[in-house]
Amino acid sequence: MPIVAEFLIAALIVVGAFFLLVGSFALAKLPDMMRRLHGPTKATTLGVGSILIASMAYAAVVRGTLSIHELLITLFLFLTAPVTAFMVAKAHILRDRRERAKLPPTGSEKGWATLDPSPGSTDELAGFERK
Amino acid sequence: MRKILVPHPILTLFITLVWLLLANDFSAGHVVLGLILGIGIPQITSVYWPERPKIGAPLVIVEYVLVVLWDIIVSNVQVARLVLFHRGDALRSTFITVPLELTAPEAITTLAGTITMTPGTVSTDLSADGRALLVHCLDVDDPAGTVAQIKARYEARLKRIFE
Repeated sequence: MPIVAEFLIAALIVVGAFFLLVGSFALAKLPDMMRRLHGPTKATTLGVGSILIASMAYAAVVRGTLSIHELLITLFLFLTAPVTAFMVAKAHILRDRRERAKLPPTGSEKGWATLDPSPGSTDELAGFERK
Repeated sequence: MRKILVPHPILTLFITLVWLLLANDFSAGHVVLGLILGIGIPQITSVYWPERPKIGAPLVIVEYVLVVLWDIIVSNVQVARLVLFHRGDALRSTFITVPLELTAPEAITTLAGTITMTPGTVSTDLSADGRALLVHCLDVDDPAGTVAQIKARYEARLKRIFE
């Protein structure tokens, strides 16, 4: 394997590992639930991304085969990470009374969907009529 | 006829492509198998998807993807810096309300996902009438500026794609 490719792939793996470590460290370090959510949703994206690019580059340079199903891992990560964060955050504001008091107003008469049991909001498509 | 065979043409293409990527093999056999799945699955599930979103402006989609990828890289570096070099208590975290002009559920979903993946923000909740997003910022000195940035960078492009 050419020495340049070797260095490049090694660098990608190290960068990826660094961001994954930072993501996990943020989870342990930051003081409250909502701030902790920022670490694993973001720092891990670039971490996993770098390692997957390294994996594709390794397959292309060393084994001489085209391997692109790593792209699927990226796709699934992009689909699942925001949804997971969203559900964790919703559960958190539903449970934590102090956090609820800090929420800003919605700017309309309806409240936030997690907390507002007002008539009309039980219909899951309320406000979503297609034009 | 076209509506019965392929109720969701983009979904058909997408499933076929995902199948080919899963198999990691672009031989004719897998293309046929992928097409069978790509045509069959939307037909079986079309009851649950009676309408399909209008998606236009392919160039804007490419632009949007590039902008978001760049922002993801920037946001990773920013968050890493905040986590490593700042005390957790000193971060000026706050909730902000982003009023929405988008109405299509698919567009709002994309926007909420994008906000979570990009600089210092996590989308937390949607208002009961679907007109505003609740967003949590990790460290912000200008909340109004963050709202304006989200609207200009992402919402304006999504509006051109979905409407």
